[in-house]
Amino acid sequence: MPSLAELQDGFAAAVRRPEPDPPRGITGRGDAGAGRRFGVYRNNHLAGLAGALEMTFPVVRKLVGEEFFRAAAMDYVRRHPPRSPVLLLYGERFGDLLDELPAAGRYPYLGDVARLEWSRIFALNARDTAPAEIRLLSGIPEPELPGTRLILHPSVRTLASRWPVLAVWQDCQPGGGRAKIDMERPERLLVVRPDTEVVTHRLDGGSYAFIRSLARGAALGEAAEHAMAEEPGLDLSAQLVLLFNYGTVAGIAPAAVNKIPPDQKGTPS
Amino acid sequence: MTTGLPPNAGVCLKAEHYEQALAPERVPAWFEVHAENYMGDGGPAHLWLDRARARVPLSIHGVGLSIGSAAGPDPDHLERLCRVVRRFEPAAVSEHLAWSTHEGLFFNDLLPLPYDDETLGRVADHVDLVQNRLGRQILLENPSSYLRFDRDEYPEVEFLAEISRRSGCGLLLDVNNVHVSATNLGDSAEAYLDAFPLDRVGEIHLAGHAVETDTDGRPLLIDTHDREVCDAVWKLYEHTVLRTGPVPTLIEWDARIPEWSVLVRQAELADRCMDEAGTRPPHAVTG
Repeated sequence: MPSLAELQDGFAAAVRRPEPDPPRGITGRGDAGAGRRFGVYRNNHLAGLAGALEMTFPVVRKLVGEEFFRAAAMDYVRRHPPRSPVLLLYGERFGDLLDELPAAGRYPYLGDVARLEWSRIFALNARDTAPAEIRLLSGIPEPELPGTRLILHPSVRTLASRWPVLAVWQDCQPGGGRAKIDMERPERLLVVRPDTEVVTHRLDGGSYAFIRSLARGAALGEAAEHAMAEEPGLDLSAQLVLLFNYGTVAGIAPAAVNKIPPDQKGTPS
Repeated sequence: MTTGLPPNAGVCLKAEHYEQALAPERVPAWFEVHAENYMGDGGPAHLWLDRARARVPLSIHGVGLSIGSAAGPDPDHLERLCRVVRRFEPAAVSEHLAWSTHEGLFFNDLLPLPYDDETLGRVADHVDLVQNRLGRQILLENPSSYLRFDRDEYPEVEFLAEISRRSGCGLLLDVNNVHVSATNLGDSAEAYLDAFPLDRVGEIHLAGHAVETDTDGRPLLIDTHDREVCDAVWKLYEHTVLRTGPVPTLIEWDARIPEWSVLVRQAELADRCMDEAGTRPPHAVTG
């Protein structure tokens, strides 16, 4: 007789197989075949996880409709089953799958809408941290400012899209659906949860370059250079006020951890 | 056996209902939440749960520990459960007689176990491990069954009773699961309940299920938790509490979440059954 571990190997593999091929050693009721009954587990696995994705991506679901969404979600579950029983952040790569789906051609922005929805879920579940106030910088002598590194708020995510994804997202919220959206307009977004509410802000090119640079671990001076390269004539003190007002900054990196290796991974855009 | 939960009806606390469920005038006697929904780094859900437990006792119900895995529960996940239990100090902690993770992959379903000596030894050891790590007793829940293993050596009731005896854990009796399993496998739900070690029961679950048919045209019940408790399950519940007296009883509802008032009415029905089954003190609500 196989061990419990071997039995579970076979059972788990059968749950993951697409075709109705139950493992050996199980019985339904009496002499009846176990296939239909075993199918309950396969369906619970697929439909349950597809349901979890539906909770995370309600706007994608609204845009494409129930049937299309379920098919895409089940495809995702087959390709990227969860590695953790905590499903709060499940679906990080759902946008990538939507990008690849040929049938999603009518909605080329779908992948970015999914990335925005996931970013908002990420921010919602991030560590609770009080944002820092801008007077934090007043204690730093001016010559030291360019070498100062900011610690961004743990909820911060950024997203650059060729499409007006925030406008699409807003249009799908209750009470939306009336705005006429210029689909040719790209958007750069900042998602942050300074308190209990997740907020999405539109950024201009300079602000976006500034915050992306800071997220990668650049000091203020270097981040400012990036931002100026993107948008010459940018008002840097106004940028700092904006960052702090949005609750994007959690603190100043202590001198000891200022040396961040060059391959430090920032928030993906 | 008793936990810190009051012998009244409790309601599962879902994000959709935070505000209504914690409205100042009237809150249910206790709340249950899924442990995994509070394992994020932070967020408003944690604040709501703080508010809830400041007023009534909590039950933390795990759905992902995979106690029945041959390899045992994932130490990282046990650590996460430990953190949730430390932070929210629930009156009861429960998990399932099932497995849900295999080779690092989470199935998000309660997969069935063969009831033989090897499984018995492993599950009792795993429950022991979990109780030692948490520093407290847990309740283990009977599953919904859709099939049997040819190698089964024990009826489920005996299997659960023996795990409880060896590990010292309490039992969570899900009456809907009893009805679902009995219907699906052609057994008697009444006989199951009559044989159940009711003195080990610290909590009861009630829920709704979907009715489908198998390839032979016989009813196949699916444990969906997406509708009201059916009449047959209410009858089994009455039958049970007549023997146990009032027991903390949860109305479970995890999909197609209804209006808050629907859950409250289901909880009132459970309370009424308990009123007829025995006396109990009125529950205290603070705040």
